[in-house]
Amino acid sequence: MSFGFFNYWVFIILLMIGLYTVMSRSNLVKKMIGLSLFQISVFLFYISMGKVSGGTAPIVVDGPLDTAAPIYSNPLPHVLILTAIVVGIATTALGLSLVVRIRESFGTIDEEEILEMKDGA
Amino acid sequence: MLLLIAGTMSVLFVRNLFVATMLLGIVSFTMALIFISLDAVDVAFTEAAVGAGISTVLYIGTLALVGSQEKDQLKFAPGPMVICLAVGAVLYYATYEMPRFGEANNPVHTHVAPRYINDSPTEIGVPNMVTSVLASYRGYDTFGETTVIFAAGIGVLLILRQRRRRKNEDDETDVPLDKGKTGQSGSLSGLGSQHDLIPHVIAKLLIPFIFVFALYVQFHGDYGPGGGFQAGVIFAAGIILYALVFSLDYARSVVSEKAILFLISAGVLLYGGVGVVSMMLGGNFLDYNVLASDPVAGQHLGILLVELGVGITVTAAMLAIFYAFVGRADLIAAKAEQEEN
Repeated sequence: MSFGFFNYWVFIILLMIGLYTVMSRSNLVKKMIGLSLFQISVFLFYISMGKVSGGTAPIVVDGPLDTAAPIYSNPLPHVLILTAIVVGIATTALGLSLVVRIRESFGTIDEEEILEMKDGA
Repeated sequence: MLLLIAGTMSVLFVRNLFVATMLLGIVSFTMALIFISLDAVDVAFTEAAVGAGISTVLYIGTLALVGSQEKDQLKFAPGPMVICLAVGAVLYYATYEMPRFGEANNPVHTHVAPRYINDSPTEIGVPNMVTSVLASYRGYDTFGETTVIFAAGIGVLLILRQRRRRKNEDDETDVPLDKGKTGQSGSLSGLGSQHDLIPHVIAKLLIPFIFVFALYVQFHGDYGPGGGFQAGVIFAAGIILYALVFSLDYARSVVSEKAILFLISAGVLLYGGVGVVSMMLGGNFLDYNVLASDPVAGQHLGILLVELGVGITVTAAMLAIFYAFVGRADLIAAKAEQEEN
């Protein structure tokens, strides 16, 4: 209704674009890019959930300014996403290396052409 | 945010895969900036280094091997579009049930997070809560993720480094790459030309600083944003820069592939070893309290060692992936030359 859900809406739009890219494009590298977009949108979702208005980064500050205890954002989603990013790049690399192999054995990275080739053979 | 949407839309419509990759890098970087504004400094750091840095290098490496033009006709696919819109509509409907953005009493913030926030400074003695949760409270998870990276690195090596089988290679199974797309003779390792003076000088100046920065990120991760994952990626980026500007052969002479294979497993072993040692000293697996006389000091030591293990594995895995891609290009180039002669 109001601005309160804006981050979630952006997440949904990004997720839809990523999903559409994966499903509609027949080029395998483009599919991997779509998958990355999808991933990034999920990261945004988690990090948005961890945010507390008026909070600060979850690193302890001890200074003389303690009128009130500082509010920290939730560190848990940060941890999950931090590792997810690195694991994501590792799996993307694996996927891309498979694409390279497919190109070598079929001569194309277009999904439809590969299917036609299979039917023709 | 709107920049982000525009960026992803253009990724969808652009025909040239090279441009799409660059746009993906831009989207990642914008996302990193948004993460900073959402207080997730560690995540922003990782996203900038991994998403905008290493993944762009990987995509370009792939494009060099497979060619960068997508098939021409841009067709509208009604089926996927309907599914996408349906998923979007359901999610949009679900957001009305979501707690509002940024309020402190959302369910996410009332479960285990307060314990992490309130107790970790005294229990772990490490100011950066992300590090303490990552390496200590959720040490099992991180161990699993390190193993995933290890497995992916090994997997890429297995897929791309496989020696060609000599038996019947008919025309279809081997398509030599188009020349020109991959540099002079299709070889990527000859990239660093002797004549590119400016990149050489700049890289020589930059690389030591990159390494020092990586070490800082590695060992200062307890106090500021940073840690093993980021440091590993930055370290790998330094070596990849060296390989790109000079040549792969030089980089190989600095860090050989055998050394990488050794390091990639050494990191995981170090992580697991810390767990086993803590078990031998009478604690649970990955319970760092027993590592030193004082629990807080023990936690500190444990986190330091574990992060080091993560850093080593990530560096080695990223380098293994990079070497595998570039080495593949060389293999194909050599093969094409053989066929010509």
